[in-house]
Amino acid sequence: MVKACRPRSLMEALEIRDGGEDSILLAGGTDLMVQHRRGSGVLPDLPEKTMFIGHLSELQEVSVEGEGISIGAACTLARLLGEPNLPDYIKVPLAQMASPAVRNVATIGGNICNSSPAGDTLPMLYALEARLLIQSRRASHSMAVEDFITAPGQNRLQPNEILTQVQIPAAVFDNYYYRKIGARKANAVSKLSFFALSRREGQQIQELRIALGAVAPTVIRSREGESLLAGLNPEEIIPVLPEVWACYQSLIRPIDDVRSSREYRRRVALALLENYLRSLGEGFL
Amino acid sequence: MIRTISFRINGQEVQLQTHPLRRLLDVLRDDLELSGSKEGCGEGECGACSVLLDGRLVNSCLLPVALAEGRDVVTIEGYRQTERFALLRNCFEAAGSVQCGFCTPGMIMAAEALLRENPHPEPGDIRTALSGNLCRCTGYSMIVQAVLLAAREGEGLW
Repeated sequence: MVKACRPRSLMEALEIRDGGEDSILLAGGTDLMVQHRRGSGVLPDLPEKTMFIGHLSELQEVSVEGEGISIGAACTLARLLGEPNLPDYIKVPLAQMASPAVRNVATIGGNICNSSPAGDTLPMLYALEARLLIQSRRASHSMAVEDFITAPGQNRLQPNEILTQVQIPAAVFDNYYYRKIGARKANAVSKLSFFALSRREGQQIQELRIALGAVAPTVIRSREGESLLAGLNPEEIIPVLPEVWACYQSLIRPIDDVRSSREYRRRVALALLENYLRSLGEGFL
Repeated sequence: MIRTISFRINGQEVQLQTHPLRRLLDVLRDDLELSGSKEGCGEGECGACSVLLDGRLVNSCLLPVALAEGRDVVTIEGYRQTERFALLRNCFEAAGSVQCGFCTPGMIMAAEALLRENPHPEPGDIRTALSGNLCRCTGYSMIVQAVLLAAREGEGLW
């Protein structure tokens, strides 16, 4: 029989995590309940003791301040969409995730810890260089989301730890570009996704960040490609396209699966890259 | 692994002895004999099991009952006691929004969740609000019409 517990505080949750028995954390459960479903009238077959953490008040806080944004790991997507102070480039990917009913329950920490290459918060969090605050009973540390996720469904969260907060360093971007490719507008797992941010002074690109989802085992960024574009004026972008393309071609290593084919993903990813850079070059963004 | 779970269902407090990982949908249908919430896909794709949790739309097939602890659940059985339901029902009838009827309880709950947030929705808002609810009969346009009609005729209700 599957065991479950519902701690009353974060400290109690961390103490249980510290006790040595393996447990699986369930915040909203919208992924876990699908992954482990066994059908009508039957309990889901969660492999380990399930710890409910979605109700913990310590995991619900959102703050937007000078030094950056911090988001409690159990904040639902709907809650974040309703936060007036969060920038649009954080909200746009969230608004296209799942459906209204799922967004009311699904959490940002759940999407990160599920660590799917198609997790739709991830390209945005990689581009924003989000850091994750990870707590255990005795200590806490933070690491970049990029270092946290190691492979499809795999991450560095230890059995005694809980992801408690997502921290987004302060930065100003004057434009963003997001495309999610899916079979249906609602409730589609991405075939692939493309998220980009840039900051300009006058016309000149000061900084640019591009992250692609579901085209490799983890979300990808190319620092080399991004640095080729930094410092350019719009008319200088199109001439460097082939060089930028080359940086991404080796990183884009998609798979064939039920949602799409390797070739479709590769071609669309490169086409979105080109479309974004041309839009930037021709002044449409 | 049986626990006591307490929550409000359609305005009444209930206390159940049950496994905390059971799906709210199973608890509603099998224990509380509230069979208005339907199971279509069982994985959050179709919205036939939609209920309100603290006033917000959720898929009861994805919700372990432990997540309802201390909260307020409204199903179609509770909602049908309201004036808003009576109007939505009339508008669904008038617009021809019901054929087989399997999706209808979920559609009604999704319409209520929308109208309580936004009493004057545009057609696009309605399509977004109903985007997690599948209907294989109507082609959706009649359902969107019904919600528009309800928003117009229900001035002051939401």
